[in-house]
Amino acid sequence: MATTAAPAPAYAATYPAGEQTGLWSWLATVDHKRIGTLYLWTALAFFVIGGVEAFIMRLQLMQPNGQVVSAEAFNQLFTMHGTTMVFLVIMPLSAAFFNYLIPLQIGARDVAFPRLNAFSYWVYLFGGLFMTIPILFKVAPDGGWFGYAPLTTMQFSGGLNIDFWVLGLQILGVSSLAAAFNFITTVINMRAPGMSLMRMPIFTWMSFVVQFLLILAFPAITVALFFLQFDRFFGTQFYEIAAGADPLLWQHLFWVFGHPEVYILILPAFGLASEILPTFSQKPLFGYNVMVYSGIMIGFLGFGVWAHHMFAVGMGATADTIFSMATMLIGIPTGVKIFNWLATMWGGNLRFTVAMKFAIALVGLFTIGGISGVMHSSAPTDLQQTDTYFIVAHFHYVLFGGSIMGIMGGIYHYFPKMTGRYMSEKLGNWHFWLFFIGMNMTFFPMHFSGMLGMPRRIYTYDVGQGWEQFNLWSSIGVFIQGVGLLIFAYNFLKSRKSGDPAPNDAWGAGTLEWSIPSPPPEYNFAQLPVVTSRYPLWDLKHPERTADLAHSAPDQMTITDSHAVPMHEEAERKSAKDLGIPMPFPTIKPLFAALFMVIMVGGLVFIHAANLQVALAVMIGGAALFIGTVYGWLTSPLE
Amino acid sequence: MATAAITDPHAAGHGEHAHYTTTGLEHRKIAIWALIGSECMLFASLIATYLVYKGRSKVGPWPHDWGCKTSNVIGKTAEAVQAAGCAAADVMKPILDIPVTSQSTFVLLMSSLAMVLALEGVENAGKAGYDKWYKGSKFWLAMTAIMGATFLGYQSYEFTSFVHEGLTIRTNLFGSSFFTLTGFHGTHVAVGVLWLMTLLFIDLKRGLKGATDVLLVDICALYWHFVDVVWIAIFTLIYLIQ
Amino acid sequence: MSDHAANTVDRAHADHHEHPTWKQYKWVALWLTLITIVEVWVYYTPFRESSLFAPALLVMSAAKFTIVVLFYMHLKYDHMIFRRLFQVGLIMGAGTLTAFLFLFHKLKIG
Repeated sequence: MATTAAPAPAYAATYPAGEQTGLWSWLATVDHKRIGTLYLWTALAFFVIGGVEAFIMRLQLMQPNGQVVSAEAFNQLFTMHGTTMVFLVIMPLSAAFFNYLIPLQIGARDVAFPRLNAFSYWVYLFGGLFMTIPILFKVAPDGGWFGYAPLTTMQFSGGLNIDFWVLGLQILGVSSLAAAFNFITTVINMRAPGMSLMRMPIFTWMSFVVQFLLILAFPAITVALFFLQFDRFFGTQFYEIAAGADPLLWQHLFWVFGHPEVYILILPAFGLASEILPTFSQKPLFGYNVMVYSGIMIGFLGFGVWAHHMFAVGMGATADTIFSMATMLIGIPTGVKIFNWLATMWGGNLRFTVAMKFAIALVGLFTIGGISGVMHSSAPTDLQQTDTYFIVAHFHYVLFGGSIMGIMGGIYHYFPKMTGRYMSEKLGNWHFWLFFIGMNMTFFPMHFSGMLGMPRRIYTYDVGQGWEQFNLWSSIGVFIQGVGLLIFAYNFLKSRKSGDPAPNDAWGAGTLEWSIPSPPPEYNFAQLPVVTSRYPLWDLKHPERTADLAHSAPDQMTITDSHAVPMHEEAERKSAKDLGIPMPFPTIKPLFAALFMVIMVGGLVFIHAANLQVALAVMIGGAALFIGTVYGWLTSPLE
Repeated sequence: MATAAITDPHAAGHGEHAHYTTTGLEHRKIAIWALIGSECMLFASLIATYLVYKGRSKVGPWPHDWGCKTSNVIGKTAEAVQAAGCAAADVMKPILDIPVTSQSTFVLLMSSLAMVLALEGVENAGKAGYDKWYKGSKFWLAMTAIMGATFLGYQSYEFTSFVHEGLTIRTNLFGSSFFTLTGFHGTHVAVGVLWLMTLLFIDLKRGLKGATDVLLVDICALYWHFVDVVWIAIFTLIYLIQ
Repeated sequence: MSDHAANTVDRAHADHHEHPTWKQYKWVALWLTLITIVEVWVYYTPFRESSLFAPALLVMSAAKFTIVVLFYMHLKYDHMIFRRLFQVGLIMGAGTLTAFLFLFHKLKIG
């Protein structure tokens, strides 16, 4: 363990002199590290909510003819569970890491547009609340996380539930899009000298691909949602079958977004695993180039497979075939990654920290999910599997076994960097094993109940169909996961104050973020380093590990360009002012802009909840305040 | 960092806030092109829906064909529709008006020229040969905004006459998809006009000169040209091709 | 834009090195006008009924699209990154649109 290898550093308070503390400093922050921390906390809170929703569903399904909740309540539960986990948990957890890590990994002081970054977070928070609070009033969205029209049109869903869903997703889309433009610009334009694209850490690469997926996929769902919004609020005909509308329009538009979305959900976790595995194998990632290209291929091909979610709707043999083949094809770059991870570990000096366990679990569990995925890719086979629990098993293996395990690993790995303290490995091991066992106990039986015909989204089932045993195991598994989650929560909260102190380089890793103090000062790097290979810190401390990688000598670099200096570790904790580094001004305007925007968009609900006048008043008022705040924002200087 | 070299070719921005960039390009210019890439998908989805729903409306009015207020007959000429049983007073003409829309298309196209000249005016502000009023950025920003507003005027005229002829956003699939697509485009134009007017206001107040101001006008110009280019696609696919 | 400094790494800074001229802008405007006139003109001729009408119009509007993007939007003269950002969106958009036309049976194969 790193803490015994070197003397504990002079551990300053969490924030060095000159940095703000207190509520205002969080509300007005434009610092990517704080924004990342805000995303992390908020997303973990939503994770608990989404978990409780799953827990209640599993109570209901534990036995046949369950009486725990009604059918309508169950509809709200599975809708909110899916919507929450996808949009309010996994995406924001990934965003937490994008925010915290990308500037540190590329040697930058912040992102390209710090205030826009803050805006993205506040829009997420207010949008998430907009979509979740209706639960308390029993009008939570109830049309499934994919909201198929015409089911979600006024004719079949006349209540407020779907209104909250449609508008909530539009709001969250703004958050993700704004962040994507921010990170694209940041990665293109703010890399330290010497960091070519092919020297970027894999997490940054995977995240970079994800930003492109976001900006290209979200417009499709935005359009689908606008059509539904207009149908519901203004009486247009987009999804009105009686007017000649096509029942598949929604599905195609949604899945053009929805498929890239699942790669948006997994690639960041892949990136985190690709940081953790080399660190604890003490050798570079095997096949870096191939990992990058396969990530790009997955992103690109991911736009060509969407209709595999629609094999049962009757698109015709040609369409079914084309999408089947494309889906099988996409298994190749994904499989390649699995082998590269295994090869990274092969021959390495393995350390089985908690983070490493989670990363290895990702490799194994995602493979299981990938195998069932390949089974679905054949259209004829999928006809048996679609809309059954077999699919539920598949996507939970890839999303829980893949994304969540990877993100958990990332949390244990980067917690020392973020807080200056290690999480407890002992508690972490309990968390890991309870999650691993619980997760498999819950989702593995679903392959069987699905194969035996248990449909998705049913709130109860009758005896004698052979599903009882599997459902019982699944439900027991949730209890086990729940205990694991509680232990994690306790570990997370306690270690911030009383964990073992962590140095800069908590784990002996090789990338730039580990060369600065833990937690980093607000300016990140006192002096921008010149990057000499993919693992600049290993170049400095363990050059034998990177001997075979491409290097450049420091004197070949244009150091004068940026006042960057040769690669070094930083230990000082001076303030930005002392170092003469201009920092962006904190400002509350992004928060208010987000709030007013949510009011402006959310006001539409009043057309159904009250009347047109009220809706107009709220929307116009919100718009005026929003425009005013944005005007103030644009006309005030950044730094 | 306050003393970053002004001769630094990788510094974007000037003066005391010159900051290092990997490419030497401006953040905002990269971001606007990423936005344009994203908007390609947005308009592609809207246009795709229009094209998918073309010919599938159950009732008229129709874009290029004659129809009837009291029945769903459709025909290539007024006579054909009357022959199918429509009373003369109920005949609906094809709703799209190519001559009028050609004019608004032309205005929007020319507004791109005005935009380009406005940018040139800012780039060369203060230089010899650019002091004439018709070479300056104020004139051309105003012209671009006026032409954009003219286009919007044409759109409002068009939309209101369609409504009078019986086509609203609710009437049929054509109405829903047409008004949504052109409405999204028109909203983008309106945002562009407001942006231009803001730049014009700044130009009148303190003048636009120097690299940062060139950047501000450049990103507005890129947005504006993109909006124009989307209209080229819409005009062809929706108005001209049947 | 500022001058080069000594020791610069080889990187293409095409920004502002080349620039369309006022003459070129005029030509672009002229071509835009001419092509639009032709487009509207053929709409009123019997060519409208021919099966070549739609492709011809698509080609003409693609030409207008291209010259605005290359010259007015400077893409011909600017750093490659801008072209890539635009191309990825354009290709994805065009691809999705085409796929929709096939999936909804507006276009057929064979």
